[in-house]
Amino acid sequence: MTTVKELGTYAQNTWCPGCGNFGILASIKKALADLEEDGLDLNKVAIVSGIGCHAKIVDYININTFYSIHGRVPPPMTGIKLANPDLTVIGHAGDGDAYGEGIEHLIFSAKRNIDMTFIVHNNRVYGLTTGQFTPTSPPDFKGRSTPGGSPEDPLNPIELMLSSGATFVARGYTKNMTHLQSLIKTAVNHKGFSFIDVLQPCFTFFNTYDYYNERVYEIDQRDHDASDKKSAFFKAEEWAYGVGERIPIGIFYQVNKPTYEEKLLAGRVPVQLTPGDIRSVLEKHI
Amino acid sequence: MKEISILIGGKAGDGIRQAGHIIARLLNRIGYRIFFYDDYPSLIRGGHNFSIIRASEKRIVAHKETVDIIVALNQDTVDKHKHQLNDGGLILYDSKKSDAQGIGFDFMEMVKELDGKPIMRNTAAIGALAGVINIEWSVLEKVITDAVEHEIDLNLKIARQAYDRVETPLKPVPKLNQKPLPLVSGNEAISLGAVKAGLNMYIAYPMTPASAILHYLAANESELGVVTVHPESEIGVVLMALGAAYAGARTMIGTSGGGFALMNEALSLAGQGELPIVIVEAQRPGPSTGVPTYTAQGDLGFVVHAGHGDILRVVLAPGDAEEAFYTAGLAMNLAWKFQIPAFVLSDKHLSESIFSFGGDLDKIKPEKPLLWNNQGEYKRYLDTQNGISPIAFPGNPSAIIKATSYEHDEKGITTEEPEAIAQMQRKRQRKRHTLIDELKQYETVKVYGNPDSKTVLLCWGSTTGACIEVADALDLKVVQPLLLEPMPVEALKKALFGADKIIDVEVNATGQLAKLVSAHGICIDDMILRFDGRPFTVDVLLDNVKEVLS
Repeated sequence: MTTVKELGTYAQNTWCPGCGNFGILASIKKALADLEEDGLDLNKVAIVSGIGCHAKIVDYININTFYSIHGRVPPPMTGIKLANPDLTVIGHAGDGDAYGEGIEHLIFSAKRNIDMTFIVHNNRVYGLTTGQFTPTSPPDFKGRSTPGGSPEDPLNPIELMLSSGATFVARGYTKNMTHLQSLIKTAVNHKGFSFIDVLQPCFTFFNTYDYYNERVYEIDQRDHDASDKKSAFFKAEEWAYGVGERIPIGIFYQVNKPTYEEKLLAGRVPVQLTPGDIRSVLEKHI
Repeated sequence: MKEISILIGGKAGDGIRQAGHIIARLLNRIGYRIFFYDDYPSLIRGGHNFSIIRASEKRIVAHKETVDIIVALNQDTVDKHKHQLNDGGLILYDSKKSDAQGIGFDFMEMVKELDGKPIMRNTAAIGALAGVINIEWSVLEKVITDAVEHEIDLNLKIARQAYDRVETPLKPVPKLNQKPLPLVSGNEAISLGAVKAGLNMYIAYPMTPASAILHYLAANESELGVVTVHPESEIGVVLMALGAAYAGARTMIGTSGGGFALMNEALSLAGQGELPIVIVEAQRPGPSTGVPTYTAQGDLGFVVHAGHGDILRVVLAPGDAEEAFYTAGLAMNLAWKFQIPAFVLSDKHLSESIFSFGGDLDKIKPEKPLLWNNQGEYKRYLDTQNGISPIAFPGNPSAIIKATSYEHDEKGITTEEPEAIAQMQRKRQRKRHTLIDELKQYETVKVYGNPDSKTVLLCWGSTTGACIEVADALDLKVVQPLLLEPMPVEALKKALFGADKIIDVEVNATGQLAKLVSAHGICIDDMILRFDGRPFTVDVLLDNVKEVLS
């Protein structure tokens, strides 16, 4: 069995002290170690990240990884899953990646219900480019590109994913690590597109610890019907990424539906396919 | 030489391409070698479509402006093309829709008599044409049975009715004692070559003139052992393909210039991450949307230079279906052997024209990449003498595989240390030299015509076919680089050795090949450029070359 320690690498961690990313890194490592105990083969896991502070996570975790480019986390994940559906594919993206540069890929991944897990490190600010507003920054956010305040209202990714077709939609908070670990494990075990928006304070550019600590509460899953889309939307509206006094975290929605790779591949495994006989195909061209 | 050219024209929606295809198959079945050119505007109904079917007893890969028979389903076809008719040529026309000097039949009446659908007018036209060129009924019957998907019996009745109405075969085409060959478009040849080299996945977003690769592979998925995927955008396409390659699937993608522009950022990722991928870029006239359904060779400079940073790549530019088959296979093998992006640079004229295909299928075999031996600790970017790092795929029980867009150490962990950065740059440059050495064993520059001629037509891609025939007529030499990046400088200089006059022939406005070779000290004396969306035909190019030589 692999220990959490063995899941680390020699890379020097360059996140700021107090960064919310530490909570996500610890949670994914613990979740993977637990999942391995439950029978998951860690050699068959592939993690994809985008570009930004979040993305350094692939350097810090001793697992197969694909360090992609900004906004383009879901497409390599999709390619990996389709090429070899035997692999468990997990994506880490920032809010700029997921909801800005590459939003179409996220929507299509949900629409297709491809079996993979997508974790958004949502600090609601561009960290690595030193503090600009993102698609989920609160209204009037004063960043370096919007010194007079952001003119845009934030996107609600929970609602976006619910309307796009994701079959597992959840929100976590980096300080509630046990809760986050459990969310990640449930998401990985869910067959279909699993989405977790993780509220992650940026200690340097947008320190939201106090704000979240005062408002975040865990959804009592016994009181919430996660199979009902209306209830999920109702829950999602409680906090509009800036407006709202209580912030629910937990599973908003979870249902089972056939997955993209099941429908597209119909049992085929591309990496194991052998080329067909082109002679018989050419005969038809005479 | 026994040869005939037939033009069939009508509105979009009249089934012109399909009718032209059937005519090509008729002539193929009686032993002729075929070149089929299709000309259509970017619309679904209306407009003017035409196809030219050129059939010859010898192998041809170009068409001529002039034709021997015009089959006109509307007046436009007569008006626009009658000046192309050779002396003694014949117009076979729909007498209800058009008027001309020639022989007319009321094709719609024949269709109506047999309760056919309006689209079957083209079947009647084919029947009449078969009578005029004296094709045996059994040949026509077999071709229609093989080619038509719906209502075969009805189509046969309509064709027979028209066939019987022709009293005298005015333009008999003698049967030849040659076996028919498969008729294959450039796009189909690219598809089959990639399959032969072990293609597992084809991923593409529709874009003319590359779309037919997606359609063809999707339609023949199970027989060819390929999975096809149509994602949300070209950006999605290329990144899915890189993910699939990382997981071990031999993957090809296809698009045209605009789609490829969207893929450039990810091309650079393929360069940094050393991810193998085959990219088909089928050109059409630009800039921008340009002229979507016509042809150009205007993306050569773009493809050779695309992407930020120093990216190792291979660019192959086939000129006919056999070369398309071969270069697609070669691109796949080179992509995996060197873990690089490899291009097949096509254009509308190659991708959508149809050729008699006599390629040697065994010239391409899937070659395995350098696989890791599972000994010790795996390093994805191991610094080796020849620059090639052994490859392993996720799922391997003893390897952690880290692919990355960042500069990295051997293991694939991000680095910003100057020594480590330079080490990886040097490794990739060593790989470049290994690739250049490897490429010397292939025929990267082709020579046609009179090898001793001091006058050379320098061309690439689909322009080669017309150049070969012009060179034969004027006793000139043709030099065609099949590989355009890394430029096969030695082989090219050898092929051009002794030339007094080099005439560059391209379908673009600035002479992009001329510019590329000039960087290697090769000077062009004259340029013949065409940039009206149309390919060079043999007769037009012949006039152009004569003019330059006079």
